[in-house]
Amino acid sequence: MPLIDYANPHRFQRLAAWLIPLLGVVAGTLIVLGLATGWAAPADYQQGQMVKVMYIHVPFAWLALGGYTVMAISALGTLVWRHPLADVSGKAAAQVGAVFCFLCLVTGALWGRPTWGTYWDWDPRLTSVLVLFLLYLGVLALWRAFDDPLRAGRAAAILALVGFINVPIVKFSVDWWNSIHQGPSVSRLGAPTIDPSMLYPLLLSAGGFFVLFAVLHMALMRNELLRRRARTLRILQAAEAER
Amino acid sequence: MNLFAGLGPHAFFVLAAYGAAAVSLAALMIWIALDYRVQQRRVRELEERVRKR
Repeated sequence: MPLIDYANPHRFQRLAAWLIPLLGVVAGTLIVLGLATGWAAPADYQQGQMVKVMYIHVPFAWLALGGYTVMAISALGTLVWRHPLADVSGKAAAQVGAVFCFLCLVTGALWGRPTWGTYWDWDPRLTSVLVLFLLYLGVLALWRAFDDPLRAGRAAAILALVGFINVPIVKFSVDWWNSIHQGPSVSRLGAPTIDPSMLYPLLLSAGGFFVLFAVLHMALMRNELLRRRARTLRILQAAEAER
Repeated sequence: MNLFAGLGPHAFFVLAAYGAAAVSLAALMIWIALDYRVQQRRVRELEERVRKR
């Protein structure tokens, strides 16, 4: 069966019914393994035990950017291909992405206080991630501003696409400007600069959070499809009552 | 307890980061599960009404 056939809302519901619990177990296992091995890994020679925050902060940061990318691709699906599941996917990505972006900011602030001496600084990386969070909130606000999900979807898609310019700014902010935030140490050209004793737990944990993101995204899409089905049924009943 | 004692002087920051992540993700998962039940019930009730007509 071609991949595009799974984009049918009914087929998606059937697929989600068994994929959500299955991937939920995979995500839980990977996260527990990653965090357990991370907690057993040696302390960093400079940061000491504070390095343990890395095993959650870094995956949250990757997923804050990843979530926005999913939202932008979905926005293309809404505006260009007019796919029936595209705006459902965009809304779900905004909801999960906003939570991961919020957690990236909170865990970053808690990591920053002992290492930089401050919870917050108007630094290029920190500020661009805050802008990313505000873009997420803007997209979610647009979803709530319209009664018609199709109109809301189009408005949110435009903002999502315009705001995508911020994604490379977040990624390269530490290379383009002076920043108190460290440069890339895993997602860089050449080999990672992290010791394998910390890199493998980080990759396990990140893998787990990526799968968790997929599970939450799928579950939110399933809820949104039900919400739209209820809306359609209500409209049909109201139309029948008027006859 | 030894696990936490080994965290040294910055234990509060490490535990607060993990705590915030656990609470936020648990809240999101609970909200999704509750919303799923509500939407499922709503659709079932509306379909029932359509069938009765």
